[in-house]
Amino acid sequence: MPLNRDPNIKDPDQLYAAIIDAHEGLTDSESVALNARLVLLLANHIGDEAVLREALETARRSIGKPIAESA
Amino acid sequence: MTDIRQISFPFRRSADQDRPEPAHHPTVIVGAGPVGLVAALDLASKGRASVVIDRRSNLSDGSRAICWAKRSLEIMDRVGRDLGLELGQALVDKGVTWRKGKVFFDTREIYDFDLLPEEGHRRPAFINLQQYYFEHCCIEAAAKTGLIDIRWQEEVEGIEQTGDGPLVTIATPEGSYRIIADWVIAADGARSALRRLMGLGFEGRVFDDQFLICDIKMKMERPIERWFWFDPPFNRGRSALLHRQADDVWRLDFQVGAEADRDEEVKPENVARRVRAMLGDDLDFAFEWISLYRFQSRRLERFRHGRVLFAGDAAHQMSPFGARGGNSGIQDADNLVWKLDLVLRGEAPERLLDSYDWERRAAADENLLNTTRSTDFIAPKSAASRAFRDGALALAATEPFARRLVNSGRLSVAACYDGSTLNGADGFGEGEASAARPGAAALDAPVGNGWLLEELGRGFAALWLGQDGSLAAQCRDMLAGLSSRVRFVNQPTDVSRETLLSRYGALAQPALYLFRPDQHIAARWREVSPANVEAALDRATGKAS
Repeated sequence: MPLNRDPNIKDPDQLYAAIIDAHEGLTDSESVALNARLVLLLANHIGDEAVLREALETARRSIGKPIAESA
Repeated sequence: MTDIRQISFPFRRSADQDRPEPAHHPTVIVGAGPVGLVAALDLASKGRASVVIDRRSNLSDGSRAICWAKRSLEIMDRVGRDLGLELGQALVDKGVTWRKGKVFFDTREIYDFDLLPEEGHRRPAFINLQQYYFEHCCIEAAAKTGLIDIRWQEEVEGIEQTGDGPLVTIATPEGSYRIIADWVIAADGARSALRRLMGLGFEGRVFDDQFLICDIKMKMERPIERWFWFDPPFNRGRSALLHRQADDVWRLDFQVGAEADRDEEVKPENVARRVRAMLGDDLDFAFEWISLYRFQSRRLERFRHGRVLFAGDAAHQMSPFGARGGNSGIQDADNLVWKLDLVLRGEAPERLLDSYDWERRAAADENLLNTTRSTDFIAPKSAASRAFRDGALALAATEPFARRLVNSGRLSVAACYDGSTLNGADGFGEGEASAARPGAAALDAPVGNGWLLEELGRGFAALWLGQDGSLAAQCRDMLAGLSSRVRFVNQPTDVSRETLLSRYGALAQPALYLFRPDQHIAARWREVSPANVEAALDRATGKAS
C-alpha cells in the first residue's frame, strides 16, 4: 500500500489545531523532542517501511533537499 | 595464583634462522592473538602444522575482547574435540556466563532484557572472559598438539609473493631470517604489519568520540548482567557500561567525548573519580587496565590477496558494542581453515579460498553495519539524531515498541552466508525452518546424552531426519557411494529428538541436510538423491559454481 496522499482526516482544522496545541508551552528544544517522539510512535503504528520511506522522501522533497541516493 | 599476564614468552632461535636458504612451511600465521591461535589449533585439528609469528612476549595486556558468543564457544568445542581437548568447556568453566542486561536512561532503569537462549543448546548465549585467558587457554592447547610452533618476539618485516608462495622476512632479536610459505594467514590485528607491508588500504570511518575503558578488581554482590547507561548523572550527556568478567574483575566503559585530553583522562586518579561517581565513594577497588579508544569502522577491500589471507581485526575493525570484533575473527578462522585444508590436500581448487573472501566480507559488512548503527545511537552525530535517540529512550520506559529501537549494541550471532556460491539446493518451501537454511550455522539440539554439534564437523556430514527411522537406513545405503566424501550421521532414536526434528523442520516431513566441515548448512532436501548430494558437495568445495 503506497502512502495515502489524499485527504484522510475527518476534521482537518481540529486535528491541525490539536497538533499545534500539543506544543503549547514548550521551548524550541522541547518541541523538537515532542516531534521526535511523535514520529517514532506513528512510525511504529504504521509499521510499513515502504510507506514510511515514501513519507520521508516526500517530506524531504518539500524542503527542497531530496534524500540522497545512498549505497 | 600466578597472574598469567606476568608470563614472559622467550625468544627461541629457530633452526630456520641458521639455514642458508629460506625454510619452507606450508602455513605461516602472523599474530598469536585469539584469531591466529584458533586458526593454528583448527589446522592442527586436521593434522596440519603451522608456524605462528608474534612480536609480543606477553599475553594481551588488558582484557580487551571479553564477550565470547555462543558460536565462538561452539567453534572451540569443534576444534577441541578433534584434538582430544575440551576447549569450549575450559572457557565456560573459567568465564562468567550471562544472558541478562539492564538499560538505564538518566536516573531510571528503562528496561531489562534476557537474551533468552532457548532450551536445548549446549552453550550459553555469552560468556565473559578476559582475552588473556582466552589466549592462554589456546597457547596451552597449542603446546599439547605438537604441531604449532609459536615464535615469540619475532616480527614480519617484509613479504613478497613469489611463484613458490609468499616469501616472508622475519626480524628477531638476533637478526633476520626468511621463510617461504605455501599460505600466510594474516591475523596480526588492527595495526596489521602485513597490511602495511603489502600497501593495502583500510577504508572506512573513524568516529570522533573517545571512550575510556578500564578494568577494576572489586568484591561486589551484583547480578551477572550487562548494565548500560545513557546520559547518567555520573557521566552527563554520555554513556557508560558495566560488565563482569572472571576473577572479580569488572569492565567499565565511559564515553568521554571528542575533546577529552587523552593524557589527563587515563591518569588513574582521574579514572578513579569516574569509578567512584559511578559505583559509590566508599568503593574498594584496584585498577587492572586503563585504555582510551576511538571507534573505527573499516575493512579491507579484499581478504584474500594471492596466498595471503587476512582474518580478524587485520581484515576488519569495528566498534566494540555488540562484541563482534573477537567473535567475528573466530568465525573467520572457522570459515578459512577447512577450505585451506582441502586445498592443501589437493581435494579442492584454490578458488575455494575466494569463497572465504566472499563469505567473510559479507559477514564483516553485516557486523560493520550493526556496530555503526549502535555507535550512532550511543553517540548521536547531530541534534536531530539525539532528539530521536532520547525520544526512543524516554518512550522505552513505558512503550514496548520503543525498547526494540534502543541500541546499546546488537550482540554477535553466527553469520549466515546467504547468497554464497557454496550454497547448494534448498528443497524446503518458503519460510520452512528458515533458521536452518543453506548458509546458516548448524543449530544445536540435544541428541541422546549429548549434542548434535558434537556429531558434526570432521569433514562434510549428511544428516537424515524424520519420524520413520527405517528410512534413515535406506538413506544411508543410497549415499554409501559417497562415503569417502561425506560422513552419514545417524539421527538419535530416543525421545529427545523432537527438539531436533522441530528445529530442522522435519516433524511432518523427512529431511536430508548436508553440513560443511565448519558446521554451516550446505544444502537440504525433502528427498534423497545421491546425484543431488554429490552436486552439492562439488559446489561446497568450489568444484562447480
